[in-house]
Amino acid sequence: MSGFARVVHAEWTKFRTVRGWTAGMLAAAAVIVVFGLFPGMRGTCDDSCSLPVGPEGGEVTDVFTFVHRPLAGDGSVTVRVASMTGQLPELTGTGQRPGTAPWAKAGLIVKDGTKQGSTYAAVMVTGAHGVRLQHDYVHDRAGKPGAVTASAPRWLRLTRAGDVVTALESTDGTAWTGVGTVRLDGLPATAEVGLFVTSPMYVEGHGTAGAAGAPSLATAGFDHLTTTGSWAPATWTTERVGGPADEDRPLGGPPPTAAGEEPGGDRAPAAGQETGAEQTGDGFTVSGSGDIAPAVAGAAGLGTTISQTLVGTFAGLVFVVVVGAMTMTGEYRRGLIRTSLAAVPHRGTALAAKATVLGAFTFAVGVVAAAVVVTVGPGIIRGNGVYVHPVSPATELRIVAGTGALLAVAALLALAFGVLLRRGTAAVTLAIVATVVPYLLAMTVLPVSAGAWLLRVTPAAAFAVQQATPQYAQVEGLYTPANGFFPLEPWAGFAVLLAWAGAGLAFAAYRFRRRDV
Amino acid sequence: MIVVNGLRKRFGSHTALDGMTFAVAPGQVTGFVGPNGAGKSTTMRVILGLDAPDAGTALVAGRPYRSLTRPLCHLGSLLDAGALQPGRTARDHLLWLAHSQGLPGRRVDEVLERAGLQTVARRAAGKFSLGMRQRLGIAAAMLGDPPALMLDEPFNGMDPEGIVWMRRHLRELAAEGRAVLVSSHLMGELEDTAGHVVIAGRGRVIADTGIAELLSTAAAGRVTLRTGAASIDAAAGVLEGQGASVTRTDTGTLTVTGLPAETVVQVLTSHGVPFAEISSHRATLEEAYLELTRDAVEFRAVTGSQGAR
Repeated sequence: MSGFARVVHAEWTKFRTVRGWTAGMLAAAAVIVVFGLFPGMRGTCDDSCSLPVGPEGGEVTDVFTFVHRPLAGDGSVTVRVASMTGQLPELTGTGQRPGTAPWAKAGLIVKDGTKQGSTYAAVMVTGAHGVRLQHDYVHDRAGKPGAVTASAPRWLRLTRAGDVVTALESTDGTAWTGVGTVRLDGLPATAEVGLFVTSPMYVEGHGTAGAAGAPSLATAGFDHLTTTGSWAPATWTTERVGGPADEDRPLGGPPPTAAGEEPGGDRAPAAGQETGAEQTGDGFTVSGSGDIAPAVAGAAGLGTTISQTLVGTFAGLVFVVVVGAMTMTGEYRRGLIRTSLAAVPHRGTALAAKATVLGAFTFAVGVVAAAVVVTVGPGIIRGNGVYVHPVSPATELRIVAGTGALLAVAALLALAFGVLLRRGTAAVTLAIVATVVPYLLAMTVLPVSAGAWLLRVTPAAAFAVQQATPQYAQVEGLYTPANGFFPLEPWAGFAVLLAWAGAGLAFAAYRFRRRDV
Repeated sequence: MIVVNGLRKRFGSHTALDGMTFAVAPGQVTGFVGPNGAGKSTTMRVILGLDAPDAGTALVAGRPYRSLTRPLCHLGSLLDAGALQPGRTARDHLLWLAHSQGLPGRRVDEVLERAGLQTVARRAAGKFSLGMRQRLGIAAAMLGDPPALMLDEPFNGMDPEGIVWMRRHLRELAAEGRAVLVSSHLMGELEDTAGHVVIAGRGRVIADTGIAELLSTAAAGRVTLRTGAASIDAAAGVLEGQGASVTRTDTGTLTVTGLPAETVVQVLTSHGVPFAEISSHRATLEEAYLELTRDAVEFRAVTGSQGAR
C-alpha cells in the first residue's frame, strides 16, 4: 500500500471508530430525509393538475386570446398596435386598477394549431419591455424599447417562408426594422396565424419571502390588419387557447395567492367575459389573460420544484460542519494531534488524508440522503396536492451530486477552520456562520437584494446547485431563494464554496506545516 | 539510535533548549533526568519532529524523524498517556495507529497482550485509569516493534504496582537490545532501571554518565559514627589526625568524610577510642542527582522565598 493510501486507511479507521462522528453524519442524512419526506406543504392539486409541454420538453404556460386564420404555405401578416391597456389586481384587497403588466403581450403569432404547447413564433409589444420576438416558449429576443401609447403606436409584421419566420417592426408602417429571424423545425405547411393578447400573473413580493399574485388583463387595439399569401377561410376565428374552463372566474374573482399557501392548480387566466375579441373597422380589439412562456415554479407560478424536497439540507449542513471541525479540534483538545503526527510526520499528507476521508464520507452520505428525498419526496408532495415540476434526469443527477458535494466541501471548509483555530467551539461557530447562517438569512428575514448578495459571496452560494428549474428573464416571477431560485448558476455557486474551501485548506495546510504542536 | 546534537529552541524570551546534546545507546535504559523546565519534553518533541528547533539536529536511525516513512517502526514514543479520543476503544486506538504504518490488526492484539490489556481492549479508552492509559501508551509505542523507545515521564501518577510493572517492562525492552530513553524529574524513579543517565538543566546536558560512575563519584565515603559523649572529642581528634574531615551532627554523633569505614574502625581501635556504632553511608541516586543539579535547578530561590511567606 502506498504511503498516502496507508494514511487514508488510518484516518478512516480513526473516523469510523468515534461513534459521535459517524452518528453526526447519519443524523445529517436523517434530518435531510425527514425534512424531505414530511413536507408541510398542502395544496389542492390532483391528478388533473398538469402543464402542457413545449417543443423543447419543458413545461409551459400557453394561455392567450387568439384571433386566427389558417395560412397555407408562405405568407405574411401586418398589423398596427394602436393601443395597449390593462387591468392589474389589487393584491392587498379585491378589485382591479388600471395598468399594464410589464410582460403583458400583444402582437402577431404563427403557431402549429391551437393546441397548448405547440411550436410557435411571435412578435409582440409588451407592457414594459418593448418589442420582443419569442418562439417556442423559452427563447426571447429584444427589439426596440418603448411602450405603445396613442401617440406612439407600433407596427408589427410576421412573415413565414418555409421553416423560417421573420419579424419586423415599424413606428410608421413604412420604415421597417428587423427584429429577428427564427427557424421552427416542426411547423406544418398550414399554420394558424393571427393576433394574440395575453397578460401574466401579476406578482408582488412583499416583505421578504412572502408574495402575492393574481391574474392581470391586457387589452390591445389592433388596426390596419393586412395579409399576403394563401389564407382561408376568409373569416377570423377567436379562440381562448388554454380556456374556456375558466370562464366562470372573472378577473379579480379568485383571491390573491399568498406564499406558503401554494397556488397548486389555481393558476388560471382570469378572465371570463372580459377576455375575447371584438371586430372593429380594419382590425380587432383583443383582451387576454395568461402567458405564452416557460412555466415557473414558486409563489408566482405553479407548484414547486424538487428543490423543495431538499429544504432540510441546511439542517444536515449543521451536523456536517460540526463533525468536520471536530475531527480536527478533537485531536488538538486532547493532544492526540501529537500522536497522529508522530505516526504520520509529513503534515501535508496527514491533512490531505483527513480531508479525503471526511470529504468522501460526507459526499456519500449527502448523495444517499439527497437521492432518497429527490426520488421519494416529490411523490409525497404531489400526494399532498402540490404540483411538482418534473425535471430531467440530468438535472436530478446534478441536484443529488451537487447536494453531496455541497455538504462535503462545506465539511472541508469546517476542517480548515478546525486546523486554523484549533478550538472546537470557535471553529464550529465560524463554519456555521459561514455556511448555514447566510442561507437561513436569505431564506427568511433579509430583503431579496441583501439575500442575493449573501448567496453570491458567502460559501452558502453553493445552495445554487439545488435549483431545479431555470430562471427566465422574460417571465415575471419571484426568483427568490425561498422559491427555489438562487442568484448564481448552479456550478458558479458551487465554485464560490469551492474557492472558499480551497483557500481555507491551503492556508490551513500552510499554517499546519509550520506550526509546533 | 537517537542522536541529539546542539539543539536550541526559544519560546519568546524563554530559552527552552540551549545546546542540548546526547546520544541514546541500544541495550540499556537511559534516564533523561532533570527538574521541571529543564527542556526534557521539548527535546522529545523536537526528536519527534513535532517542534522545529531553532538550531541543531535530532536524528533517529540516522535520519530526521520527519523523513521516516514508517516512523513507528523506528522509534516508539509515549509523550502523554492522556492523549486519547475518549470514545474510541483501546483496540481501535491501536488499530488506526497500526493502519498508519501498514501494520495488520494481528499486531494490535500482540501488543495489547504484552501490555496486559487484552481484557479491556474493547472498552472506551476515556474510562481507563491513568495506569491503564500508560500501559496503552506503551502498547502504542511497541506497535512497530521499534529498535528505539522514548517515554516522557511514564511513572507520573502511577500506583506502586504500576511502577513496578513499568520498571520491569522497561528493563525487558532494553534487554531485547532496544535503546530506551525515559525522562523523569525524579531520579529515584529510575533506581534499578536505568543503566545510564543524561542529566539536563536549563536546556542543556549537565551530566551524561553511567549509573555506577555517578554513584561512585557522589558516594565518596561518608561514615556516621556514634560514640559516648565522653569520647567524642578524642574520636574527632584521632580521625582528623589521619586526614579525615569531621563534623558533629549532634551530641555523640560524628560524620566523617575522607576515610572509608574500615580505616575509621582501625584508627579508633588502635587509639583505644571507644565507639558505640559505625555505619557507612552509601549515596542514593537521588542525592547524587541533587548534588549535580544544585546549580542548574531553576526557580529554587523563587520557590524558597515563596515557602517563607
